[in-house]
Amino acid sequence: MKRSKTMELGVGLFMLAGILGLLFLGMRVSGMAFTVPGDTFRLEANFANIGSLKPRARVTMAGVTVGRVTAIELDTDWYDARVVLELDGELEGQLARDTTAAILTAGLLGEQYIGLTVGGDPETLADGDTIRDTQSAMVLEELIQQFVSNMVSD
Amino acid sequence: MIGRIVSLGRRGCEVLEALGRAGQFLAQSAVGVPSREGWYLWLRQVHFVGVLSLAIVLVSGLFIGMVLALQGYTLLVDFGAEQALGQMVALSLLRELSPVVAALLFAGRAGSALTAEIGLMKATEQLTSMEMIGVDPLRRVVAPRLWAGFVALPLLTVGFSVVGIYGGYLVGVEWLGVFEGSYWGNMQASVDFVGDVGNGMVKSVVFALVVTWIAVFQGYDLVPTSEGISRATTRTVVYSSLAVLGLDFVLTALMFGGFS
Repeated sequence: MKRSKTMELGVGLFMLAGILGLLFLGMRVSGMAFTVPGDTFRLEANFANIGSLKPRARVTMAGVTVGRVTAIELDTDWYDARVVLELDGELEGQLARDTTAAILTAGLLGEQYIGLTVGGDPETLADGDTIRDTQSAMVLEELIQQFVSNMVSD
Repeated sequence: MIGRIVSLGRRGCEVLEALGRAGQFLAQSAVGVPSREGWYLWLRQVHFVGVLSLAIVLVSGLFIGMVLALQGYTLLVDFGAEQALGQMVALSLLRELSPVVAALLFAGRAGSALTAEIGLMKATEQLTSMEMIGVDPLRRVVAPRLWAGFVALPLLTVGFSVVGIYGGYLVGVEWLGVFEGSYWGNMQASVDFVGDVGNGMVKSVVFALVVTWIAVFQGYDLVPTSEGISRATTRTVVYSSLAVLGLDFVLTALMFGGFS
């Protein structure tokens, strides 16, 4: 049978393009980042209301993504939400103990994420510590309710 | 009346028999372990059903992504939610449109050709001659085509998604002026690699199996006349399209319907 080099090359390129495409879907479209495990550390934060925060949401500091939300569960001691954050390892031992965490919204209807603001305490947060000072998500219904009750009382 | 019931029963038996033959056929030809020459036969088929289908699949993907972005934008802008365009385009492509449309195009472009080719081999008694000289036509003719289809369609589906998402980017960001950061950012926040990309790939592997199987079986099982070939080619496209769309509903219900 006659063998054609261009055909073999074509099939090879086709396969390669398929694998590169899959890589593109992984990295660019689903935002997977290949971080070495152990390069991160965990913090916990309790929120009175997390709104529609989801696992894998971003954790930012001054707008820069520094980590992700790994788990959200109900804390049955206080009946609030315990959010587990995974932050870049280089921040370990850098965040002051009175760092605050707030749930913010990207745009009016965008996804919700956590914003960290550094405090001034000389002591720092270590792996597994809990952020004390948190600010809950903005829930539209509550805002409207407050607005309406203010209108009525005026 | 009785005659109708009898013919209905006969028809049912025929369908069951054909299904049985098709299953046996798949089992016999899929086990063909490729030798060195078999590997080359497979390569040729990947070139035919995959590389040569690339143009139609990629162009369709580009246009479908562009249309999705255009339609999605006019819909979302009323709610002030045009930032969610990226996630809408990516999710609808990855979960539904890429596997289904790529499989339909594949059935029309490659499936019909497979049926006609194998059918003509049968009509001109090439398959019988192969058996005469001791070559198993299932291994020599059918197995490479079957395996080529399994490999080519998932890769084409990936290409379709990539080009479609890029088409959505062209229309949404470059033309309509959605902020680039929110196009990719919302997409990355909502698309899950295993849940969306992975399930889309599972779908496309299933469709590849079904479409290629129908195409080669229709070619192998047809009445060896010119009319039979044309009928079988039509049946390939009709059956594979129906099977793809029907299976898509079942798979979507299983994957995203929340029955797990």
